[in-house]
Amino acid sequence: MSPSFEIQLIAIVVAVTCALPGVFLVLQRMAMMSDAISHAILPGIVIAFFITQDLSSPFMIVGAAAAGVLTVALVEALRKTGLLKEDAAIGIVFPALFSVGVILIAKYAGDVHLDVDAVLLGELAFAPFDRFTVGGLDIGPRALVVMSAILVVNVVFITVFFKELKLTTFDAALAGTLGFAPVLMHYVLMGLVSVTAVGAFDAVGSILVVALMVAPPAAAFMLTRRLKPMILLSCAIGGQSAIGGYWMARWLDASIAGSMATVSGLLFLTAVLLAPERGLISMARRQRGQRVEFGSKMLVIHLYHHEGLPEAEKECRLDHLEDHLRWEHAFASRAVRSCKSQGWIRREGELLVLTSAGRDHAREALVEL
Amino acid sequence: MELLQDMFTDYTLRTVAMGAALLGITAGSLGGFALLRRQSLLGDAISHAALPGIALAFLLTGSKAPLVLVTGAALAGWLGATLISSLTRMTRIKYDSALGIMLSVFFGFGLVLLTYIQKRPDANQAGLESYLFGQAAALVQQDVFVILGIGLLVMLLTLVFWKEFKLVSFDPDFAATIGMPVRWVDHLLTGLFVVAIVIGLQTVGVVLMSAMIIAPAAAARQWTDKLGSMIGIAALFGAVSGVGGAVISSRNANLPTGPTIVLFVSLIVFASLMLAPNRGLVFRRIREWKAGKNLRVDAVLVDLYTLASQHTSQEYPHSERVLNVMSSMSGTARRTLNLLSTLELARQIDQNQWALTPTGVERAERVIKERFGTEGTL
Repeated sequence: MSPSFEIQLIAIVVAVTCALPGVFLVLQRMAMMSDAISHAILPGIVIAFFITQDLSSPFMIVGAAAAGVLTVALVEALRKTGLLKEDAAIGIVFPALFSVGVILIAKYAGDVHLDVDAVLLGELAFAPFDRFTVGGLDIGPRALVVMSAILVVNVVFITVFFKELKLTTFDAALAGTLGFAPVLMHYVLMGLVSVTAVGAFDAVGSILVVALMVAPPAAAFMLTRRLKPMILLSCAIGGQSAIGGYWMARWLDASIAGSMATVSGLLFLTAVLLAPERGLISMARRQRGQRVEFGSKMLVIHLYHHEGLPEAEKECRLDHLEDHLRWEHAFASRAVRSCKSQGWIRREGELLVLTSAGRDHAREALVEL
Repeated sequence: MELLQDMFTDYTLRTVAMGAALLGITAGSLGGFALLRRQSLLGDAISHAALPGIALAFLLTGSKAPLVLVTGAALAGWLGATLISSLTRMTRIKYDSALGIMLSVFFGFGLVLLTYIQKRPDANQAGLESYLFGQAAALVQQDVFVILGIGLLVMLLTLVFWKEFKLVSFDPDFAATIGMPVRWVDHLLTGLFVVAIVIGLQTVGVVLMSAMIIAPAAAARQWTDKLGSMIGIAALFGAVSGVGGAVISSRNANLPTGPTIVLFVSLIVFASLMLAPNRGLVFRRIREWKAGKNLRVDAVLVDLYTLASQHTSQEYPHSERVLNVMSSMSGTARRTLNLLSTLELARQIDQNQWALTPTGVERAERVIKERFGTEGTL
């Protein structure tokens, strides 16, 4: 396998692995927990490193996962005192833990290969050089092997506990009543987030973990209202961010991790603008359509009221709508055009006259109102 | 004493401590509003979102002057904050997702720009990274004057718009009803927020700046229920942790200033959560314990009274075992009975027999009246 192919493969696996727990974080309104956990695992990594003196040891993952769960427990404990809101609790716990990690590194790690830049920023370009070998046999880049293992764990967990996760996410109270242990689910999910974050950090850095956990699921959230499609879409969008990010980085000769985050942001922006039902553009168009529809109704009702009366000569003219209903010229003519095309009115010189279909429509509209 | 002397003679320590203290005051006082508006994590998002602004400012001007970079950072941070609020207002995206996306995507884009700058042959970009992690030790006197100036500006504006900030923080709907331009007040507060964060980036770095904003305010909240004193206390805590962190890190080799300041302020938060009067956990526990004791005393007293009212005299002794069964806290009557006898509300007749004293009868009657609304029947 060429390094370029391997890097893209790692990037895709990382993106998909992050997107899976990310869906539930976004739905449970805990997206910022990914930020907190991905920073707070630093002391866990450092302490595990001091014990094992080996950056590739599996204990690194254990240490980081423990630090992640500690973060969640601390936030929960602070929140339960009732003295701090959850967001404040998060905002206090993770900088404190992160500071502990930074101080440990500065104080004791000296010139070992473990610095804060690496944790925060990551460097995917070097990942293919770190090989995973079993008995002298080269299996693949270490990052790929580790992330694939975590991906399998995430997929298995989400498949096996799909029903429980779904219920906990959408109605934690009901899940509790039915005996599904939502608190345990919460902690297991946070454990998965921690493990995913630690697996991803040395490839892509902790900030990118946040991008890959939140942006693809949020983009998918714009596109669908169903959980399963949302999970699949998140993975697809994550994978696209990975490939797009790789090529953007190649083109600019810049950080791959940063480019992946940028592309995921662009994809999210596209979803926000263009989503078929809830996108900003289709919402604006729908609103415009509704305004014209309402305007047409107003128009036929107005004509209906004045029909056959002495003042009809004056009231039922196009330019009068602008004065009487305070409509702008453009909107007034759009409403007239819409009514005409539906066959509700016709023009007789300057006068607007209801057709019989228009009269029926006006009566219906009045009943509706 | 030696420390005090150092504060005046050691240029670096004095500069860093002054800078950190002023920063703590500015960030702490603004943090009060952020805490009340439940925007504790907005600072985190803004400080990350500022990164591409720094890189773009350098790319466009080629200058590394702090003023240029800080302006770029402020513009990017403000754009990030505005996008967060428009996303939550206009789409179905929730606040936490919007924060996470803006934070990480802006930061990622900033990283792209930084690495792009690094690879350009002509660039002399060294030093841009210091905004990532902060380098308090590199503060010079001029930076302190900048922080002082901005701090004063923030404070002045806070005083001028005190009423507006207060109302928008506590009840934005009411503020809108009485015709206050809530959107503009919001923009102004966010703007001040961005400025305070951006000047702090150089000192404590991206990750830790959010703690400088939220932690002093969260600690101050425990000590008071008034906005004015809360913001004053938050500023004080910010200043104390700024100086404390700077001094401690200057006394120890290899102790970075930013994280030390953050740990210091985290300790203040912890102490406040524990020790603050009224809200503090220690005082709450003591209050609960006292209330519990009073409840138990009253319960056993009423039990004794009930027993006495079924007999001819209030002197009639009753066995502790009966009381154990009667009291809802089974088996704990002994301790409460001892307490009753030291309070002279009951006395021990012999080994296991107890009776009310006249003051005990009086108090039991009062309790019955207060709790049950009926007269005693003795």
